[in-house]
Amino acid sequence: MLRQIEGSRAVAEAVGLCRPEVVCAYPISPQTHIIEAVGVLVKSGRLHPCKFVNVESEFAAMSVSIGASAMGARAYTATASQGLLFMTEAVYNAAGLGLPIVMTVANRAIGAPINIWNDHSDAMSVRDAGWVQLFAETNQDAVDLHIQAFRLAEELSLPVMVCMDGFVLTHAFERVELPDQEAVDAFLPPFEPRQVLDPDNPVSIGAMVGPEAFTEVRYLAHARQLQALARIPELAEEFEAGFGRAAGGLVTTYRTEGAETVVVALGSVLGTLKDAADSMWDAGVPVGVVGVTTFRPFPAAAVARAVSAARRVVVVEKAFSIGAHGILAGDVTLALSGLDIRVDAVVAGLGGRPISEASCRGLLEEAAAGSLPALSFLDLDTHLVARELERMVAQRRSGPVAENLLRDIGSVSGSGLAVARPGSQKGAR
Amino acid sequence: MTHDPVRFYQVGSFAAGNRLLDQGQRTEQSRRGRSNSLTSGHRACQGCGEALGARYALDAAMRATDGRLVAANATGCLEVFSTPYPETSWQIPWLHSLFGNAPAVATGMAAALEVKGRTDVRVVAQAGDGGTVDIGFGCLSGMFERNDDVLFICYDNEAYMNTGVQRSGATPPAARTATTEAVGPEPGNEFGQGKDLPRIAIAHGIPYVATATVAELHDLERKVERAMSIRGARYLHVLVPCPLGWASASSDTIRLARLACESGLFPLFEAENGEVVDVTKIRRQVPVEDYLKLQGRYRHLFGDPGRPDLVRQIQKVADRNIERFGLVATGAEQEVR
Repeated sequence: MLRQIEGSRAVAEAVGLCRPEVVCAYPISPQTHIIEAVGVLVKSGRLHPCKFVNVESEFAAMSVSIGASAMGARAYTATASQGLLFMTEAVYNAAGLGLPIVMTVANRAIGAPINIWNDHSDAMSVRDAGWVQLFAETNQDAVDLHIQAFRLAEELSLPVMVCMDGFVLTHAFERVELPDQEAVDAFLPPFEPRQVLDPDNPVSIGAMVGPEAFTEVRYLAHARQLQALARIPELAEEFEAGFGRAAGGLVTTYRTEGAETVVVALGSVLGTLKDAADSMWDAGVPVGVVGVTTFRPFPAAAVARAVSAARRVVVVEKAFSIGAHGILAGDVTLALSGLDIRVDAVVAGLGGRPISEASCRGLLEEAAAGSLPALSFLDLDTHLVARELERMVAQRRSGPVAENLLRDIGSVSGSGLAVARPGSQKGAR
Repeated sequence: MTHDPVRFYQVGSFAAGNRLLDQGQRTEQSRRGRSNSLTSGHRACQGCGEALGARYALDAAMRATDGRLVAANATGCLEVFSTPYPETSWQIPWLHSLFGNAPAVATGMAAALEVKGRTDVRVVAQAGDGGTVDIGFGCLSGMFERNDDVLFICYDNEAYMNTGVQRSGATPPAARTATTEAVGPEPGNEFGQGKDLPRIAIAHGIPYVATATVAELHDLERKVERAMSIRGARYLHVLVPCPLGWASASSDTIRLARLACESGLFPLFEAENGEVVDVTKIRRQVPVEDYLKLQGRYRHLFGDPGRPDLVRQIQKVADRNIERFGLVATGAEQEVR
């Protein structure tokens, strides 16, 4: 059924169609609308049987999911940002135990300074945990990826994280095709656990493993991710056959044929990048766009195939490894090793900063001209940074950085901070 | 609370000897056909109170649930000594996830069972004092507050024994641990700290809270059985002496557990829905010295010059418990008995 619906609500409907048996809820912006809507599904009886547990923390949310999944129930939860970090220990544990939990991450920045808006720092922080990580470009994508996520997770006994951009997608109302229950039931069979807690067949799960086998245990986790790499495109094909639309898979490509420059990115920014690419083509500069739908396992071969005809690749990403480089860019560089393709990283959209088509065009023009540095930050106010650096040199107690920056640009009422004016912030308080 | 306490007075102790009792009155632990939930061959130290406590409690729970039991286990001694793969001493379905999440994992198990309509299978979660009063406390409080259908058992040996005897929120005052060494003007753990988790559990208003020790097997088994007859969140706090951490003789584990009660330092009681409903009276009160002197972790309090001032402070803790719970029978009460 085609509906004009908020992204969070659409995802909640999709999750409901997947018949989870235990859902854990702990609120964090911008995930709240998802769990609220699932809560209504359960309380109204539309999603039955399902136990909706209001837990006391994200750590508990993932832990309850672990217990439920180990007991053979289909388990779902959703989080974001600090919540994902708070549950990190259990996130790794769920993967280590091979429990097919599905979790939505409404991607949001990580503090300090606290920031509720979108970037990908949260999902990137657990990229090595052993979860499959799928990134939705649109809300339709988010709906379809969730349905595939449960199937993939349960087939391979590994947890799957569906990442959707906080606010940009979660709070956006747009047209979404919601599948009917019969179609989802046909695609997603009931959960048949590989390992389960059963009084009739008691097993010990989660005991200690020493150096004699730990490497092999970890290698098998890697091998299972590689299995997922092969299974994800097959599931996408099956999904398309059953639901009549393409979704999922490893990567998406847009106008890459004949493009000398290809932009690679994750999530909702792909729409803006496609618009920018169109205008570049209009101006006679061929630019293609590759979306990485499956970020973990990383589809190195598919990425290499998708960009192999290009001369340069620009990776636009909403997170980076502070003190090092882009994160996705690092994976892309490795995927293209041996090919004569230059890869530059552009960090963009941190903490919800809008990524405008104009800015994207600007960076694409720079890329096409070959003048893009290896690592750059889109729309970075270098003058603002320089002034703060000066203040820090001038005075040891120069005040909270974020406050100084906002005063400087006039976002805060009252006077702006002058450079090298010792004691001035004292009066400003 | 109506129950018939088993009393058999032996010389030098108040323990009830099973072989002198009718079959019906004997403990589950003395039954040949007991489930041996935590079976032999594990790596616990000689005289380990926790290994005893877990075996007693789980076998009683198995009897009460007709063998339909699953367990969540926190990281700690119990987890480590019972398992390293490929071996396991657990003869019940058992899941270890993390140090701090056993109550939440158990909630998930109970939720799954509920939604699947499998009312026959019951859930226990177990942890040491660190996993209960410290790192697992948030999850435990949440499980209590939601009244999830879980029996949580804390095996309290009063410090982090698995990592080498470091202080926990359940370490008693003056006790030496590796992080509260017996040095300086205030040797051992500080006074005025620590959590009284049974009373915190009572404050949650959950259906059942009880304390027990490995010295009173009949009492422990009865409390487990009572707990399993109730639905909702239940909490059992079992004092389990640790020869390694307490620097006590392996042969003194049961004696220490009994002295902890008889000194008043560890009150035995039951509470239902937020109210204390039964208290085990001290039958022969002993000064705290009798309990402390058997343990190397209190060695610095005795000898010459020793710290009689600190011993007196510990006696005050015991006296406060005796007063709070009415642990010493009044003359009238004694007559009735």
